[in-house]
Amino acid sequence: MRPGVLTVGAVRAAALLLGLTALGATLRNGLDQPGNALAFGALVALGELARWGAAPGEREPAPLAAAGALAYALLGESAGSGTTHGVLQTVAVVTAAGLAGIVPHLARGRGPGPDHLARRVLTVGFAALCFQPLYNSGAVVRHLGEGPPYALFLGLLLVLTALCDAVLAALLLRALTGFPYGSLLRDELRALLGIGSAVCATGAVMALGVAAAGLWALPVLAVPLLLTQVSYRRYEAVRTVNRQTIASLARATEVAGCTPPGHAHRVAALSAAVGRELGLSGAELTVLEHAALMHDIGQLSLADPVEGGATALLPAEEQRRIALLGGEVVRRTGVPPAVAVIVERQADPYREQPLPARIIRTVNAYDDLTGAGADAGRGTGVGGGPGAALDALERLRLGTARDHHPDVVEGLARVLARDGAVGMTPVVPG
Amino acid sequence: MGVKTIPPAARAYIGCALLAAGACVLPALRPGAPWGTIALLAALYALCELPARCPLPGRALGGSVPLGTGSFFPVLLAAALLLPPAAAALAAVPGSLLARVEEPPAAPRRAWRAAATALAVWAAAHAAGALGGPAALGNDRDAPDLPYALLPAGAAALALCLVLTALDGGIRATVEGPPPRAAWRGLLGRALAPHLVHGLAGLMMGVLWRSGHGPVAGLFVLLPMYISCWVFAQYHRERAAHRATIRALVQAVDLKDRYTRGHSERVGHASVLIARELGMPEERLDAVRFAGILHDVGKLGVPTRVLRKDGPLTPEERRVIELHPEYGHEIVRGIGFLDEARDAILHHHERMDGSGYPYGLRGEQIPEFARMVAVADAFDAMTSNRSYSRARPVPVAVAELERCAGTHFDPRMVDALVRALDRHGWRPAVTADETAAPPGGNVPRAREASAPSPPRPSTPPSSSAPSPSSSAPSPSSSAPSGERA
Repeated sequence: MRPGVLTVGAVRAAALLLGLTALGATLRNGLDQPGNALAFGALVALGELARWGAAPGEREPAPLAAAGALAYALLGESAGSGTTHGVLQTVAVVTAAGLAGIVPHLARGRGPGPDHLARRVLTVGFAALCFQPLYNSGAVVRHLGEGPPYALFLGLLLVLTALCDAVLAALLLRALTGFPYGSLLRDELRALLGIGSAVCATGAVMALGVAAAGLWALPVLAVPLLLTQVSYRRYEAVRTVNRQTIASLARATEVAGCTPPGHAHRVAALSAAVGRELGLSGAELTVLEHAALMHDIGQLSLADPVEGGATALLPAEEQRRIALLGGEVVRRTGVPPAVAVIVERQADPYREQPLPARIIRTVNAYDDLTGAGADAGRGTGVGGGPGAALDALERLRLGTARDHHPDVVEGLARVLARDGAVGMTPVVPG
Repeated sequence: MGVKTIPPAARAYIGCALLAAGACVLPALRPGAPWGTIALLAALYALCELPARCPLPGRALGGSVPLGTGSFFPVLLAAALLLPPAAAALAAVPGSLLARVEEPPAAPRRAWRAAATALAVWAAAHAAGALGGPAALGNDRDAPDLPYALLPAGAAALALCLVLTALDGGIRATVEGPPPRAAWRGLLGRALAPHLVHGLAGLMMGVLWRSGHGPVAGLFVLLPMYISCWVFAQYHRERAAHRATIRALVQAVDLKDRYTRGHSERVGHASVLIARELGMPEERLDAVRFAGILHDVGKLGVPTRVLRKDGPLTPEERRVIELHPEYGHEIVRGIGFLDEARDAILHHHERMDGSGYPYGLRGEQIPEFARMVAVADAFDAMTSNRSYSRARPVPVAVAELERCAGTHFDPRMVDALVRALDRHGWRPAVTADETAAPPGGNVPRAREASAPSPPRPSTPPSSSAPSPSSSAPSPSSSAPSGERA
């Protein structure tokens, strides 16, 4: 059994246990302040409904639901009078409302995965556990009063909760993909600066707003967050379109017969996986991915296509010339200039290259050596199979004196060894 | 004053606005004003505008910053709800003076913005005050009067929006000279909804500011708004990047086939002219434009040697070139939003009588976009200089199009183009490098098959490329039966 299965199973089991306990306890003891529970439950359910049209893999598809859940976990007062709902009721309401909100999505077969729900339940449980016992025992008001320190305390709790959620998310991703934990955690933390911080701030402000102004604060505060969600969607949509357009540009070389079909996508996906393995994250990975997609674009300027498209088998000078031509084209696209630099330097000896260019050089060579283009050169007639992969890795290892960085080759070997299931799936939707 | 000269009318307009703003702010300077709140809100507003000015905090937030003013209306609206009108106007001044100016004449722009913002906030505070806004916010002891408080907050947001739009429309009218009504029409519709959302945020900020939790709690309201503006700025950056990527696709074609520079953009433009004339809804026009711009992208798939060949084409080479619509279709397959445009790329060499390629579709079988792009393509091919023929005047080209309407082109599209040309004229952005014949492009391509010419059925299908004197191969030679699927 893979170690990842254990982690995922443990997280899901913990969430399930917490949710069932909370629901059971709440059913037995009844609801405290049913009005509050109903209002926040409705908010969470509506927030979950609002995930219509979310792109797969969107970071926070239901920000309103997340903010509402956090606000309920941190709710101390409502319109001036104290509340007594504890940790378990919080979790129960959020779980029930969340489930109610995703039923329509599940009915259409596009609901969120169980990991998403598990994270939501555990995160809310964490926030409530930090706040509700302290508040209900009166310690918070005794020590901090109800002035600004109270607000700052809520802010602090939310930061802790967000960190906890990021750690959990990275843990789950690590278990599923096997990428290094540090790079995944960095990605999660960076994402917190975006919509994550808006969710946390709205959570805090809802808790405080309900304390000051009663439940009317909920709809008033929900609207700005919905606006944030809409802007975020639009941004993601145009980002997707831009990535698709770049992928099209990459496919042009394939249609032109310069490169074997699927080459650009394979190199991009494998480069991203190797980059992850070597600790790149966030923007660096995006740059690497774009550069990998467009690494062969310089061949469009050649009068005749390279035979089989395998640039790795060309003389070094010719490779560098094509790389420079490619850089020129890439500079005209809207991608960051760093991408063009990487494309230009993909054929340099590795000691002069930046890390992303090293990765692309090695992965490109690997794909050329395992693909059809290599068969003509070697006359083995073996295309693709495991034997070809081992052969290719062996040849790359022999090239570590000048062409390929040893760490990159070993990173590639690790990614390939990891059963290739996730590492080999294309990152860019075709 | 600035680099660019400012018309005297605009100068006078700005002067008046400054005087009026001064008159609004002046009462706040009397003793007894709530200086603490004014200073806090003014500092807050300035702080919110600052990232747009300084690169450092902007970069820490991911390299992109919220756009200009307008990002932090929640602060201004909270000020309008919390403070008396004069004091609220004063709180708006430092931030709008500090914020970034997009274009060169910085001093007058800053002065103008400060005056306009102060006036708008003053009006908003009056609107809120008239409806009892400050009292409805509640305070330490009294709970806010919430459903009612939405009314003054909405009124304040509306007043802010109206005054800003009116003032902006006025300055546009004095600087650029369109009638004020036209300048205002577009502005108001777009601005209203965001202002109302900002009004809600401003209301909650005011409520929390006044509540026992103090101003700190009010700050939390700003974060979602700030993120929203930041995402908005990112969106615009990414959209610009996307346009550049599309351009790069087109320029990659130019790399291979240099004699058609600017052709794609002009075809996009002409296609949009036709579509607009046919009353196509605004949201489809983008797709039409992309269809026009990208119609020849499949040439990326044709070997450069064939595209640039110096001499007559063999039938084999002609067949390769005639594959370009299919190549183009394949290249843009992954771009989700192109839908209809993709069909146009595939079918832009089809003809109404079925003699086109790749599928030999006829009449209504040809997608609407493709019929549009075909006319636009032919029109631009005739009216621009090609290495094998000089540009023809627009009337000649139009006459040619009309002659071939029905056989090659959809008469509806031709009519639409003619009407659009009558109305708007044709001002193609002819680049200088277009007139210079690029090397290696001396032979007309089969691609030009859509350029109409007198039909010469006598030309055998397997003939080599037409001589440089003819603008296009004959219809029969352009659709070899072997290419039909």
